[in-house]
Amino acid sequence: MRRPLLWVPLAGFGVLLLIVAVGLFRPADRAVHSTLIDRPLPDFGLKPIVPGKPGLSKDDFTGQPRLLNVFASWCVPCIAEAPQLLALKRAGIPIEAIAIRDTGTDVQAFLRRNGDPYDRIGDDPASATQLALGSSGVPETFLVDAKGVIRRQYIGDIRADQVAGIVAAVEAAR
Amino acid sequence: MIRPLAVTLLLLAVPVQAQTGTPAPLADTQLPDPRQEAQAKALMETLRCVVCQGQSIADSDATMAGDMRALVRTRIAEGQKPAAIRQWLIDRYGRYISYDPPLDAATWPLWIAPALLLVLGGWIARGSFRRSRGR
Repeated sequence: MRRPLLWVPLAGFGVLLLIVAVGLFRPADRAVHSTLIDRPLPDFGLKPIVPGKPGLSKDDFTGQPRLLNVFASWCVPCIAEAPQLLALKRAGIPIEAIAIRDTGTDVQAFLRRNGDPYDRIGDDPASATQLALGSSGVPETFLVDAKGVIRRQYIGDIRADQVAGIVAAVEAAR
Repeated sequence: MIRPLAVTLLLLAVPVQAQTGTPAPLADTQLPDPRQEAQAKALMETLRCVVCQGQSIADSDATMAGDMRALVRTRIAEGQKPAAIRQWLIDRYGRYISYDPPLDAATWPLWIAPALLLVLGGWIARGSFRRSRGR
């Protein structure tokens, strides 16, 4: 075989096979991450959505690290996440919330059924604050430090095996 | 017989319920000024829906895309420039959100690839024409 060009198609096929194999065994991360990590919270001020619980604004994130949970009563994974949020609350971590496209009665029913880990809940009827945060769905949870700087973003429902890691991350943010 | 059917139907109903929530007023309502609406529409066609990532927010039926359309229309109506709105979203979601990549250090292969492929095709064609003429 004196014609090396003959091997180019086979080599090309080999490269293609490799790319497909890598994609198959290590699928790419398709989640859209917020680019606001290590940057201050955007300005926002949200009205309360349930009676007896204050609304939420940027200025509430002072004094100590807090979790900011983006949720909705119509969101099924938010139900799966509820026990983990209650566990984090029991661990002494304050949790604030933003309710997306929701109504007061629905949120009240959701909290009655699944437990209430929240100190404040802000009403975000058209996802405006969610978009300002770079959040792409519900549920999502941000770790915000005592200076109001976003430290981490947890996309999707928080699983039981993530709780210890989140507690450690909150401690590290103190 | 009826009960298993009912249970199956109930299970099927859950994913539909996950897409509820009323969309924002401007999600599916055009702006009164046609020039502004055209600007907003052009921008919406080049912004990615973050829920259904293969679609633009102009094409997507996701409620989140509706809220993003409302955001675009509200800001256009306030007199903001489309480029500024795109940049505002890029600052939050990264460049993935835009379907209109700028020419820079990271994207030049994307822009130059068609020209390179055209040159390569011309070179291959020249070679094969010359061979057939020789025969």
